[in-house]
Amino acid sequence: MKSENLLQIRNLFIEGFYENQWNTIVDDISLDLKRGEVLGLIGESGAGKSTIGLAAMGYTRQGCRLASGSIKLDGMELFGASEEQLRSIRGDKIAYVAQSAAASFNPSHRIIHQYAEGPVQHGIMDYEQARKNAVKIYDRLFLPDPEKIGLRYPHELSGGQLQRAMVAMSMSCEPDIIVFDEPTTALDVTTQIEVLASVKEITEKMNKAALYITHDLAVVAQVAHRIMVLRNGGLVEEGETRRLIKKPKEKYTRDLLSVRTLSEDKNDEDKTDVILKVKDVYATYNGVDNVLEDINLTVRRGRTVALVGESGSGKSTLARVITGMLPATRGEISFLGQPLSPDLKHRDKNNLRRLQMIYQMPDTALNPKQTVRTVIGRPLDFYFGIRGKEAEKRIRDLLTRIELEPAKYIDRLTPELSGGEKQRICIARALAAEPDFIICDEVTSALDQLVAEGILSLLQDLQREMNISYLFITHDLATVKAIADKIVIMLEGRIIEQGEKKEVLTPPHHEYTDKLLASVPVMDPDWLDNLLDKRASTFLS
Amino acid sequence: MNLLIKSPLSARIGLCIVLFNIIVAIFAPLIAPYSETEVVGDVWEQMSGNSLLGTDHLGRDLMSRLIFGARNTIALAFITTMLSFLSGTTLGFVAAVKGGWIDNLFSRIIDIIMAFPTLIFALMILSVMGSSVMILIVTIAILDSTRVYRLARAVAMDIEVMDFVEVARLRGEGLWWIMRREILPNAMPSLVAEFGLRFCFVFLFIASLSFLGLGLQPPLADWGGMVRENAGAITFGIFIPLIPAAAIAFLTVGVNLIVDWFLHLASGMHN
Amino acid sequence: MKPVIWLILRRAGFGFLTIIVISLIIFIGVELLPGDVAETVLGQNATQETVEAFRKALKLELPPHVRYRVWLTDFVQGDFGRSLANGREVSGLIGWRFANTLFLALTTAAIAIPLSVMLGMMAAFYRNTLFDKVISITTLSFISFPEFFIAYILITLFSVQFNIFPSMANINESMTLVAKLHAILLPALTLTCVVTAHMMRQTRAAIINVLASAYIEMAELKGIRRLRIIMRHAFPNSLSPVINVVALNLAYLIVGVVIVEVVFVYPGLGQLLVDSVSKRDIPVVQASGLIFAGAYISLNMMADILSMLANPRLRQSQTS
Repeated sequence: MKSENLLQIRNLFIEGFYENQWNTIVDDISLDLKRGEVLGLIGESGAGKSTIGLAAMGYTRQGCRLASGSIKLDGMELFGASEEQLRSIRGDKIAYVAQSAAASFNPSHRIIHQYAEGPVQHGIMDYEQARKNAVKIYDRLFLPDPEKIGLRYPHELSGGQLQRAMVAMSMSCEPDIIVFDEPTTALDVTTQIEVLASVKEITEKMNKAALYITHDLAVVAQVAHRIMVLRNGGLVEEGETRRLIKKPKEKYTRDLLSVRTLSEDKNDEDKTDVILKVKDVYATYNGVDNVLEDINLTVRRGRTVALVGESGSGKSTLARVITGMLPATRGEISFLGQPLSPDLKHRDKNNLRRLQMIYQMPDTALNPKQTVRTVIGRPLDFYFGIRGKEAEKRIRDLLTRIELEPAKYIDRLTPELSGGEKQRICIARALAAEPDFIICDEVTSALDQLVAEGILSLLQDLQREMNISYLFITHDLATVKAIADKIVIMLEGRIIEQGEKKEVLTPPHHEYTDKLLASVPVMDPDWLDNLLDKRASTFLS
Repeated sequence: MNLLIKSPLSARIGLCIVLFNIIVAIFAPLIAPYSETEVVGDVWEQMSGNSLLGTDHLGRDLMSRLIFGARNTIALAFITTMLSFLSGTTLGFVAAVKGGWIDNLFSRIIDIIMAFPTLIFALMILSVMGSSVMILIVTIAILDSTRVYRLARAVAMDIEVMDFVEVARLRGEGLWWIMRREILPNAMPSLVAEFGLRFCFVFLFIASLSFLGLGLQPPLADWGGMVRENAGAITFGIFIPLIPAAAIAFLTVGVNLIVDWFLHLASGMHN
Repeated sequence: MKPVIWLILRRAGFGFLTIIVISLIIFIGVELLPGDVAETVLGQNATQETVEAFRKALKLELPPHVRYRVWLTDFVQGDFGRSLANGREVSGLIGWRFANTLFLALTTAAIAIPLSVMLGMMAAFYRNTLFDKVISITTLSFISFPEFFIAYILITLFSVQFNIFPSMANINESMTLVAKLHAILLPALTLTCVVTAHMMRQTRAAIINVLASAYIEMAELKGIRRLRIIMRHAFPNSLSPVINVVALNLAYLIVGVVIVEVVFVYPGLGQLLVDSVSKRDIPVVQASGLIFAGAYISLNMMADILSMLANPRLRQSQTS
């Protein structure tokens, strides 16, 4: 007699070993998964969602252990099961799809051999049978040339293809449950759609049960029937997808769901003076191929220009060209009406001071051996010669301004701070130079959603008070909608469209802009279905 | 201090060994019962109250020579390692920060020197220049600094790609600030561990050269040379040459134990 | 052109260039002898004739670049000049000693490579167990010991106490292979200890590195047996770093062999080199130094080329 629940977890506690002791990282989690059902696990970093996903397979990473509770897979207790018992269900009854397919495929073997390894080793079928199945499923997941693609090695496939090949591989033994662990996080939005479509194909059309782990509520809303919101290893709330999105019970869920509109439209564009003007700029890394071609843009005082593009579009390269790290080969950059030397080495201190930059990874943007005092104090000393008591006062003012309590933070080393606090310190360091213009390179993409929103609203406040201009580089269109005055869209080293926010966001757009905008998941469970239907019909017509 | 309390037994043993050796080296004239060159008895005498560890091939007190040998050998190795570290780290940092043709030039020269087996290179230089303390120090320091350069450059390259270094560049900071304030503090754990390893290498290298008769020249006592001088004794069943050899092994094991602990700590801090 | 072949050719070209540069350095090194070479080497009270003979032997009357060319061409043809110490042909001195050194090094390699790769793999798979810790402490000690310390301990044990193996590794051409092996067992064992310690530690690190990869975790989550994970997923990817480790440590043998030959009074090239350095017999030093350097460079080159061939990515781009 099989139990109704395919997977049944009760009162699960998992501990991790750090700071020389065992700490609870998954705190009293219970969940049920029925045949054919998709359960979304959502939470910010440290919520314990991946740990739970792996625990469903009876697996823990090094330095973690199952402390207590029960994990029943199709009636079989995994808690305390032998290695051999666990091995026999892994891949066969429950399969795993990892975040990075590039790292999870063995570089030495062909894709098809890695696909077939599971079923052959579990003694389910022979290689020939597995190969035939693989071709079928590659075809269903829209991989190009399904007959031959399996003969390639992992590094010969693109990121999106490889991720779909891994989704296919998880199906090789026809398992009952698949654990998807952030399968689209590392991908661009347009690629994310392809993978989401494969996940949907498997869960819906092939009727597999799944645990879908992600930090993106809009993504999980597309695939999951039910959603569990997790925080710090514990459950915040659980509910059927549509209900949870419409009527969240907890404040935390509401915060995650809240739509972000931070900036009001400013229509007096022409009245303020031009801070930065980039004219006909070209750049190259190897002297032969241009990575930037024919770039023209202007940034005005007190305005935010959002520079949007997917990975490889050249948006970060443009930032390097503006800062002078990568001198432009052709064209002109003028700053505050004066031409700016293309090479960083030939720029004067005053220009360096007035153009500041904030980075994506606050972890690497702060020297881990320096205190907050040194980090913020150095530009004061370097540019203005301010030291001693005066510097101390300024540093405290700046800390207050970025909403961190001076007495508590001034003497701390940067690694002791959280991600959001670090990013605030980076902002304070830029402000210390009293800049006119700040380049923000993906400043929120390494942060959890709620922390990121805090940073964005701080940047908005600072702009209002100090009339600073931003060039805001991002791949996240939700952020763009929230804060941009002007949008510039890049593809393959060129600007393909630019204009006021309203102009760019309302049709008609450039073909690529259209695709990009359409690919951003919306907090609506029907969005993906509608999009795929629409694409299929345009494809047929 | 807190670290010391938590340190494993092996590291504490290592620390004791190294401290013991340093104390002996510094206070050698106070501790040693006889002078370095004084003949106190017959050739290869057994241990006795007169000479605690017996006498060497010329009838000098082995114990005293061992103590003075600690002084000569450790000081020589320490000075050489310091010299190789100063030059290797500076050049490695400059190459990493400056990049371009400077990095290329430095790295190619270093490649050529490293393409030569160290011992063979040293032997050839000594055959041409003759063996003196100065030449010994400079030769070994140059040869050894190539490895320091490689490590310092690699570590600095890893740090150099961090955004905080770019921030400093964009601010307009000079080479000195970037090397001294941004890179050095972050490279310190790797460099300290490497210092231990390089010291062991230099120390063993000098001992080997002395053993081959090309290091410190008699009558100065040094451990490698003492092994060589007394090597003949072994066939008579007298274990005197094993004593200075064991002293060498003892010190290098001690340093390696500390380095091992340090590497473990450094890797732990990363996670 | 296939990329991997191109890479190999480039590496080989660099190796060849290095040997040329090294030969130039060795040559210039002698040029740089302070003062008059002849007087420095022969001493103040050398007679006019001996000085003349010396100058002739080193071909000092020719201009430097011609002398270098002649020296190098002669060298390539196997004519290394004459020894200053006893006037004999250097090639005659070197020939059989080089063969002896090679014999000792190869014997050591034959013991050390399988031993250290096996121990390294075992230590990696059973890491943090008692076995791993014992191996780790032992190898750490062997790395810390000078070669002659290990050598004298072995001599004390096996020749003085038990008298099983000779303390002097005397061999000559009339000996049988078994007799030769018996004679060189202690020096080979000494070298094995040192080389194995280095090789094994690096092998362990290389394999642990591979075992931490995401694709190993993926294989575990696919329910693959542990043995198969090791053989099929870990092994092919650790091949490249392990080959590199092995070849680099063979290069290390070259340094070790010099000292071990001196301890055991073994008639090899290292012993000859050390003798000639103390006698300042420059032609012999030049010739044997260049041979050692050549062997070292070739081994390093082989390490790089083999690990290029073993690298799955490079290998695949060749076949596809």
